[in-house]
Amino acid sequence: MIGPHLLSIADLGHDGIVQVLNVAESFAEVEKRTMKKVPALKGKVIATMFFEESTRTRLSFETAAKRLSADVLSLSVATSSVKKGESLKDTLKTIEALGIDAVIIRHRSSGAPLQAARFLDDIHVVNAGDGWHEHPSQGLLDAFTVRQAWAAAAGVDPATTGSSLFQGKKIVIVGDIAHSRVARSEVLAYTALGAEVTLVAPATLLPPSVEGWGVTVAHRLDPVLADADLISVLRLQAERGSGECVPSLREFTETFGMTEARAERLKDGALITHPGPMVRGVEIASAVADDPRCLVTTQVHNGVAVRMAALYLLLTGGNAVLDHSEANRDA
Amino acid sequence: MHRYPLAKGTVVIRGGAVLTPAGLVDADVVIVDGLVTAVESNVTAPEGATVLDAEGCITGPGFVDLHTHLREPGKEQAETIASGARAAALGGYTAVVAMPNTSPCLDSAFVVRAVLDLGATTTTEVAVAGAITVGRAGEQLAPIAELAALGVQLFTDDGTGVQHGGVARRALDYCTGLGVTYAEHCEDLAIASGGVVHEGAWSAKLGLPGQPASAEEAMVARDLLLAGELGARIHLLHLSTVGSVELVRAAKAKGIAVTAEAAPHHFTLTDAEIASYDARFKVNPPLRPDEHVAAIIEGLCDGTIDAIATDHAPHTPETKDLPFDEAPPGMLGLETAFSLAYERLVEAAGMRVERLFDLLSTNPARIAELDAAGARPYGHTAHGARVAPGIPANLVVVDPSARWTVAGTALASLATNTPYEGRSMHGSVRHTILRGEPVVISGEAQR
Repeated sequence: MIGPHLLSIADLGHDGIVQVLNVAESFAEVEKRTMKKVPALKGKVIATMFFEESTRTRLSFETAAKRLSADVLSLSVATSSVKKGESLKDTLKTIEALGIDAVIIRHRSSGAPLQAARFLDDIHVVNAGDGWHEHPSQGLLDAFTVRQAWAAAAGVDPATTGSSLFQGKKIVIVGDIAHSRVARSEVLAYTALGAEVTLVAPATLLPPSVEGWGVTVAHRLDPVLADADLISVLRLQAERGSGECVPSLREFTETFGMTEARAERLKDGALITHPGPMVRGVEIASAVADDPRCLVTTQVHNGVAVRMAALYLLLTGGNAVLDHSEANRDA
Repeated sequence: MHRYPLAKGTVVIRGGAVLTPAGLVDADVVIVDGLVTAVESNVTAPEGATVLDAEGCITGPGFVDLHTHLREPGKEQAETIASGARAAALGGYTAVVAMPNTSPCLDSAFVVRAVLDLGATTTTEVAVAGAITVGRAGEQLAPIAELAALGVQLFTDDGTGVQHGGVARRALDYCTGLGVTYAEHCEDLAIASGGVVHEGAWSAKLGLPGQPASAEEAMVARDLLLAGELGARIHLLHLSTVGSVELVRAAKAKGIAVTAEAAPHHFTLTDAEIASYDARFKVNPPLRPDEHVAAIIEGLCDGTIDAIATDHAPHTPETKDLPFDEAPPGMLGLETAFSLAYERLVEAAGMRVERLFDLLSTNPARIAELDAAGARPYGHTAHGARVAPGIPANLVVVDPSARWTVAGTALASLATNTPYEGRSMHGSVRHTILRGEPVVISGEAQR
């Protein structure tokens, strides 16, 4: 059972994650049809509140909500009364008064979506990325993407595999982990699904403690490359001050970047993910970004199905009719 | 000086134990015209006397808070001198030291005099800590001598530490010549690096920028070296780490004239509280893990830390509803300090009640020079002395067996930002007597 909010991957646990991935598989099927809409959330109102701009995540969520037939309210902070000094609480209360069912929040402050959940009654809150804390839907879509790729390689239907394809897999997350909400959500998702996760970064870009994370830490990328089944490359968050944590971008690329030379040393079948936006030539070489082993565009594509699944499960508990043929007729 | 007149009339505190120079004694206390006149058993109350029931209670010297943010001038919506003084009286305090980070800050005689004058008629005696530098900017020395002439004994840029070691050294040196005390908010901002919580497992998990314990300890170490070298007296505010306690312990062993304080939240709460992202748990120095809490308790028990100081820091609800990293640090403390200290130090850690009164009253009164030997040129009465005939009747009566539940809206502070909301407390303040006037009777403020 999922909900009422999606604030952290930890809210889902192993079973919740697998449930989201499986439901996302059926929505991915829907996406292949000419009529991509289902009526599952017809009559529901979903608001997006992005206090920090992110075009791709907002578009992905709004597309997901629309494909579920929900009405979407898009609060643009740049033009809202937030700019006039309205508090987070009052902004949320205003949105609540409009009669919404769920709100999708992106905020530069860690924990803001959790505070929002406290301020609101009977409204589902979805964390679309908060500070350095978490980006749960990104963690889910990354897990979805790699499960699909591994299932295809094994010639099996991903929806039947549960978490089995993650068992014993070696996943390396490299780069600016300290300031990455994606890293925290990926760690929670991948460890819950049974993978062995290694975090690789200079000490200055690692969180001050990984106590309770269930991961291994390495300060050099090269020794862990050859064994890795998946390399998750993170962006160096220069806008969050990460630049000061390394001597230079050149040195960072030299030591922790996914260069062509490093990509050569990956074992057969190894995959590369990146949550975007990529900074080509810094954490990932341009040629590697365009390499078929790099799933970055697949991740973006899958984002819609995974977010549809998360919204659907949160708002209906998984009980609404999911009749695709009816959806097609409905159009 | 007659700014703090003794109250006329007779008050008898009947029953319970009294903390006298000879220790705890079962006795009544008689107060006539503001002075304690007798501490003896089975006193007959004269006609017209106010009789305060103290059965099962302990009567001792009123508490003295070295670290109170009264917010006036500048943030009167969060606290005024009058509302803060009422909270102080309800918390058993007969004197508080108002911190200088108001707006404008307490770096001029004009503003300091205004605060002292407003404080003179309230339910607690208000002393002032002056800013050590102009505008608390850490650059140019404030008019320390001019403020000292008004009775200011403590000087600090609290809210921030003096970052520049050269300025700190000069300020310490200058204070020494005047016989006043430099007090430091120990936080190296470069090391703290914008951290809003303790750097550790919780900051990592929650994705909040952390500040390491070394941000505090580096400045503690620097200041102890400077004080030792200059032979200066120094007071260290709200210590919160293992390393700070160790450094102060070692400095005292070497004979450096250091005193130190710790706040109740640093010996009762850990950084696990921040998991809720509730900014009521945001405070500076931040809440720390268990080992730091244990070190503070040990320091309080073994004499390394001299005083419990509240760091009472009212903030309006709208500011505490901000996202955690944007909300201001600080929590209410005056009305919960005794209960927390009694429960955590006496009941749980086995501290003697006498020592608790030293930490809450006698030592802070001495550090702020509000004791009988202190200069008190603004005319404050003497605080902190154990109860005996002849002392001004600045007293508190505490009931160790009382139980109560904290509710922010029920506190006398204008703000409600207590981190102990809903928590059951052991021990309460029953009566507070200021210069012979019962300003709190049976837990009720009288004015």
